[in-house]
Amino acid sequence: MTRPILRFEHVGKSFFGVPALQDVSLCLEHGELLGIVGENGAGKSTLMNILGGVIQPDRGQMWIEGKPYRPSDPSEAKRTGIAFIHQELNLFTNLSILDNMFIDGFPRLASTPLINRRKAKDMTRRFLEAVALDVPVNTIVEHLAPGERQLVEIARALSQDARTIIFDEPTTSLTARESDRLFKIIGRLRQEQRTILYVSHNLGDVLQLSDSIAVLRDGCLVETRRASEYTTDKMITQMVGRDISQLYPPHHSRATTETALEVKGLTQRGIVRNITFSLCKGEVLGVFGLMGSGRSELARILFGIDPCQHGTISRRGHLRKAVSPRRSIDDRIAFVTENRREEGLLMEASVQDNMALVSLRQYARGGQLIERGRVTSSVSQIADSLKIKAERISTQVAKNLSGGNQQKVVIGKWLLTEPEVLILDEPTRGIDVGAKYEIYCIIRDLAAAGTAILCISSELEELIGICDKILVMSNGEIQGTFAREEFDEERILQLAFKGHKTHGHVG
Amino acid sequence: MSDHFVLFLSLLYFFVLWLFIPKITEPRNLANLSSNMWPLLTLVIGQMFVLIVGGIDLSQTSIMAVTSVLGAMVMSGRLDPVLFEKNPLWGVILSENGGALGGSIWALPVGILVMLLTGALIGLLNGLSVAKLKMPPFMVTLVSMFFFSGLAIYLTRSENIMYLPRGFVALGRGAVGSFCVALVLALLAWFVLSRMVLGRWLYAAGMNIRTALVSGVPTSGVIVLAYVFSGFCAAAGSILYSARLEMGRPTLGDNLLLDIIGAAVIGGISLYGGKGKVIWAVYGVLFFTILANSLNRMNLDFYTVQIVKGCVILIAALLDVTRMRLLAVSRLPKGGA
Repeated sequence: MTRPILRFEHVGKSFFGVPALQDVSLCLEHGELLGIVGENGAGKSTLMNILGGVIQPDRGQMWIEGKPYRPSDPSEAKRTGIAFIHQELNLFTNLSILDNMFIDGFPRLASTPLINRRKAKDMTRRFLEAVALDVPVNTIVEHLAPGERQLVEIARALSQDARTIIFDEPTTSLTARESDRLFKIIGRLRQEQRTILYVSHNLGDVLQLSDSIAVLRDGCLVETRRASEYTTDKMITQMVGRDISQLYPPHHSRATTETALEVKGLTQRGIVRNITFSLCKGEVLGVFGLMGSGRSELARILFGIDPCQHGTISRRGHLRKAVSPRRSIDDRIAFVTENRREEGLLMEASVQDNMALVSLRQYARGGQLIERGRVTSSVSQIADSLKIKAERISTQVAKNLSGGNQQKVVIGKWLLTEPEVLILDEPTRGIDVGAKYEIYCIIRDLAAAGTAILCISSELEELIGICDKILVMSNGEIQGTFAREEFDEERILQLAFKGHKTHGHVG
Repeated sequence: MSDHFVLFLSLLYFFVLWLFIPKITEPRNLANLSSNMWPLLTLVIGQMFVLIVGGIDLSQTSIMAVTSVLGAMVMSGRLDPVLFEKNPLWGVILSENGGALGGSIWALPVGILVMLLTGALIGLLNGLSVAKLKMPPFMVTLVSMFFFSGLAIYLTRSENIMYLPRGFVALGRGAVGSFCVALVLALLAWFVLSRMVLGRWLYAAGMNIRTALVSGVPTSGVIVLAYVFSGFCAAAGSILYSARLEMGRPTLGDNLLLDIIGAAVIGGISLYGGKGKVIWAVYGVLFFTILANSLNRMNLDFYTVQIVKGCVILIAALLDVTRMRLLAVSRLPKGGA
């Protein structure tokens, strides 16, 4: 017997006139697990944020158990029995598990404002048991591994007796073993007739877990079907709207044998260990690793943002000492950071001011007096060549651009310095498929022009699509190096998980 | 909001006032308005640099007090032994013949130089504490506010130092001297902010210091420079106010902090950093001066004036916060991870 618990009808949402979600209609039954897949920017998070009350839809209606549902904020969604387990977990890492469980309402002693500690402890213990997490209830969350934190979130959802649970990319920061444990718990939640929405990039997991799967593309629902009718390839074709072979520009290696950057024995305690590699002109070198493998930290050390105890970095045979971002820029190294908003852009400044920021001194008489004509012409030249879509680059503010265009602005600001070594950290995170393709083309063209490129990514497929060589990192070490002809998704993943130990409970 | 919104607001307010208090357009009052505007503007321009890099300089008024006292200790031509005998510096640099250079033709230039350098030096201390020791600007400048206003009082035992050189006093007469000083500083500030790489660095450091750092902006140096300039402007303001009062005064600028920050915020210079223009500072000062003038004209007592000023600044700050909140809302993720 089945009855719908949750229904979406023609739900839509736009940001600044750009539709993020259009006319989505879905129907979920009690105890059903719906997998939701789609490229970045396809509207998955928007849809989940609407359900979780984080944002309000412009159009359409939602129904829960036959009643209209229109939450004005997350707490209303929570009261309606919807728990949202975010990709970046929403726990207070400085507080204990118990405090986190009851942060929005501790059990009280009778009707006094005093906390009933014993009752809180008992309840916490019970819910931790339900998620098979065997740690003391007063453990500070900071000391828990990512997988364990997630279990705490789930326990919290259970404590609020959530009937519908949203998982947004739950496995991104988990080890294989932690993921398995999560899946077992999800299985148990389904037995208890809870409804689950499971958003993930890992199509294999989705296929294995789901009863039915919804594919989103460019804000629209492509199709919803029983999971048994899907294959991974079919999902990809629907997500992308074209064949996988068209995702990446054709690969021609332009790698030379001339070294552009040489790294030897780079070590920083607890971050990276004994990193040695060399990067040649025209080469596209990929670095693959899971979260916490040290991949981004390596890039930050190379560029001089973070310190490093041992090891050497040399450019063109010269040892680089006392590296700082400023030195690196003078050494013709560029760094497109992982996080555009926080480290890549001045969100309030115009496209032109953003792009000119790094290379300003080249366009200034005496190093200080800006020659505005030259800045404008150089910036617009690069903006054109990168096909940045902005109304007017001198007035449009960076925050009003789409993710893809923002990323192009970040790349553009570094291209203005005419770099010889370009480090890219997650260059296509959070941008749509079309923009991704354009960025791959930019990378290819730069390599063809002799730029040495170090591309860090958590999407293995992407690295396989564009790199000449891939370094695999785990636990701060390079576990293996693969030349293009040896690329093997399974072996690379095995190495990436190697030594990825499940953490103990003690801090 | 257009660049000139606050100007229109000021003119509108002035016009409405004129309907009720026609005397406000009398030449004497206009001259009064103008001579009140320029010294305040010199202070606000300095404050603006610190606000742009995302800081705040609460110590400007105590910099005024301490430089006023030090300048006078160099320049004064005569000191009353009855008042100053117990002064810690009596017999060291102070005597019945005045300050260190009392009576000398060097008194004026050296005195002014000492004031400006002291201001810049205190700014340097503030800036280094913020940029190198990574201390919160509010704390740093609050401490220097107390320290230096205390120092100014200690150095003088609460006595005003009179008998300043005639050339110095002339600076404070009418609006010409203060207008010239404010104009020079305003032009300098405008040139730095809109024509120099340093200007872009100031804005970048205030908008997003991490992005600025990754982009090779020497953020520490830029922040230190902003505080140095703020201290320098405070000293310049101190010269104008001391000259007008014809004395070195240990409590100079006592009630001015509210006016400085208020004028900056009303002009639209954001307390969150990254936003501010010289023209905004000018308009903010214009509005604030007209406001203060009108309140005086209404014969309100000091405390009522402070209350009204406070409310107006509160509204301006509220606008600033609201604008930031609107920006934050528009930053919600557009789907995707």
